[in-house]
Amino acid sequence: MIRVNDEPIAWQGGMTVRQMLSACNYLFPLVIVTVNDTLVSRGDFDTTAVPDEAVVKVIHLMSGG
Amino acid sequence: MSDCTNYDFTKRTEYLDGLARFKAAHRVLAEVPFKPGLPQRGYNHRSLYVNVGTLKIEEKPVTQQMKDIFVGGRGFGLWHLWNAVTPETRWDSPENEIVISPGPLAGNTQYPGSGKSLVVAISPQTDIPIDCNVGGYFGPLMKFSGFDALELQGKAAQDVIVFIDGQRGFIRIEAAPLEPIDSHVLAEVLTHMYAEDEADLRNVSVVSTGVAADHSLIGCLNFSWYDLRRKAVRLKQAGRGGVGSVFRDKRIKALVCRGPVVKGDMNNPVDLDTIAKLGIKMHKEIHALDDQQCHMRRQGTAHLVEVMDAYDLLPVHNFQYGNHPDTKNIASGVWDKRFTQATVDGCWYGCSLACSKGADGLVLTTGPYKGHTVTADGPEYENAAGLASNCGIFNSDSLLEVNFYCDTYGVCTITYGTICAFVMECWQRGILDAERTGGLEIRFGNSAAQLEMLHQMARGEGFGAIVGRGVKKMKEFFIAKGWGDPQLINDIGMEIKGLEYSQYMSKESLAQQGGYALTNKGPQHDEAWLIFMDMVNKQIPTFEDKAEALYYFPLWRTWFGLMGLCKLPWNDVEPANNAKTAEPAKVPEHVQNYVDLFNAITGAQINQELVILQSARVYNFQRIFNIRMGKGLREHDMPPYRSMGPVTVEEYESRAERYDMQLKEEIGVDPAGKTVAEKIALHRAHRTDRYNKLVDAVYKRRGWTPNGVPTLARLEQLGIDVFPEVVAVVKAHLPA
Repeated sequence: MIRVNDEPIAWQGGMTVRQMLSACNYLFPLVIVTVNDTLVSRGDFDTTAVPDEAVVKVIHLMSGG
Repeated sequence: MSDCTNYDFTKRTEYLDGLARFKAAHRVLAEVPFKPGLPQRGYNHRSLYVNVGTLKIEEKPVTQQMKDIFVGGRGFGLWHLWNAVTPETRWDSPENEIVISPGPLAGNTQYPGSGKSLVVAISPQTDIPIDCNVGGYFGPLMKFSGFDALELQGKAAQDVIVFIDGQRGFIRIEAAPLEPIDSHVLAEVLTHMYAEDEADLRNVSVVSTGVAADHSLIGCLNFSWYDLRRKAVRLKQAGRGGVGSVFRDKRIKALVCRGPVVKGDMNNPVDLDTIAKLGIKMHKEIHALDDQQCHMRRQGTAHLVEVMDAYDLLPVHNFQYGNHPDTKNIASGVWDKRFTQATVDGCWYGCSLACSKGADGLVLTTGPYKGHTVTADGPEYENAAGLASNCGIFNSDSLLEVNFYCDTYGVCTITYGTICAFVMECWQRGILDAERTGGLEIRFGNSAAQLEMLHQMARGEGFGAIVGRGVKKMKEFFIAKGWGDPQLINDIGMEIKGLEYSQYMSKESLAQQGGYALTNKGPQHDEAWLIFMDMVNKQIPTFEDKAEALYYFPLWRTWFGLMGLCKLPWNDVEPANNAKTAEPAKVPEHVQNYVDLFNAITGAQINQELVILQSARVYNFQRIFNIRMGKGLREHDMPPYRSMGPVTVEEYESRAERYDMQLKEEIGVDPAGKTVAEKIALHRAHRTDRYNKLVDAVYKRRGWTPNGVPTLARLEQLGIDVFPEVVAVVKAHLPA
């Protein structure tokens, strides 16, 4: 189990940041992700693993009219 | 759905056949010469006053005090309007004004999103000032002709055109009896009529509305620009609050400005080099990052459709639900194919974000232009959400057609979307039936009925004419007729202060409930969009946190309206290193760009704190203006319950797991054994109480009394206590 924005999310072995975002249905592109307080660049979402029991923050910025 | 990939985007139905006849019928009613001039450091230091009733035309000075306190754009508009009206003035009073002002930064061609005009008037929907931020060339061309603002007052005895010739140096009021009113025709005709040759077409901009503005209170204004690549006149809308209805009530058919050829230094800025560097930096950022971020250049704000759906924020069926399985039919991928991608869609020179997308080759299937081939603007996110998902219509072709007709008839798409959604739910709940609608089966999903109702409104006939009064007046009408439960009608009619909601679900974001309801003009998202910060990120958990966001963001976003800027380049693209900044939601590098841009054009030396102070002066002045006009107090900031929580059993049951969990965790009540009606009542009491606590916190942070009145101390702090009339309005509403 991991916590994403204070919500519990089921963890899977080898889960990447991209897969975590997908599991949360977080489609918005302008997000800032930290895993256990470490910033993950958007370019590294596919290769950065999310460990079990991680505390993840996905900060959505804003856009639109 | 047709695909525009191989379509010749210069082909469309033309409307120039009657041009010579139209022109011959014009009669000059008044003409005044003026000396064209360019602004110095962003200001001309004069505005233009035109009374279409008395035919008076005169220049007025822009004083240092106006610049210091009201800055420009929306600030100038509000100041002129304050001086023009009394507390008794209503939208159709002759003294009501439409003020158009572009702002000191408007018209620069270096920084993206710098071509906006601000429109201010007393609204027919709200009876208080409305402000709209609109693209197109009119404001900048008027500025480069020599004026920082245009005041339009009075009522003409016949249809007139006000023509500002910034090349030859005269202002003329002309009787114009023959041209059609609808904008896609009129703007094309007048652009060609007033341009002296083909090269001059780009120097002409037309402000117009459409026939629906003659018969409704929700008329918008269309600001044109000539699209050189399409060889077409394009339109952007000053949509909210019925400014188009005020325009037609004054019997103004159009405003036309013919300005000088636009060049990059026409603001005569202090530091052109810095402006150029800021612009290049932004162009590079957009070029490098937009394709990875929001795809604004290909999809405009329509990129948000499926995003909002994924977060349960896309309004469906009059804001009952936040997503729908058929959203894919109106999602960004559809528009990416349908928009013409072989051209550039900026609504002012130099905007590389270029989000004014167009769908060419649309063949209309209904109405007076049936069979015509047209270029439809957008849809933008708001149009797709309002006219489509919120009405249960997931058909891209019908969306383009209703969007096109709204524009050319002069109808605000956001407003019409929320109106349609409301009457469709009234049909669903038996408040309306075929007898009451004159035979229109205005049920969710019926795109034909949605279009026919719009055509009726344009003709001033049938149920469409009732719909054109807006949700607030419809609610009063339905209740007076005894057509349904008054509480239900009030709960589901999505308006505050008389203005319809724009298209985001706010039920699960208390901060956004305030973001809509604690606005000056009514529930438009351009003051504050806080849903992600609040609901998803959980960054602002306390009332004080939310109040701080509802202090900063409305003031920051007000600033775009003072300057003549578009908000989109602020946060629809973000710098690569934004994540590493202390407050990424504010996009600090871009905020600093704007500070530097202001200083480089005007020669001032402001900083980020002073930006907020500039906005706070105007924002609080507008609040006091509302109070002066009879609104602007706490009782006017109370939202309909649909924006706060589930009204009906179906709404509750659609998200029962969420609501039951909230009962347990937030309210401390075990939902077991309770009826849905009981659970709805528990939520309602809790959410209403929570909203009132938010209002207390926001008013306190803004320096207002518990009744929403800015205090004298706040006025002194802002320096707007120098106006005795302003102080008197406040004093009359302070506790004895």
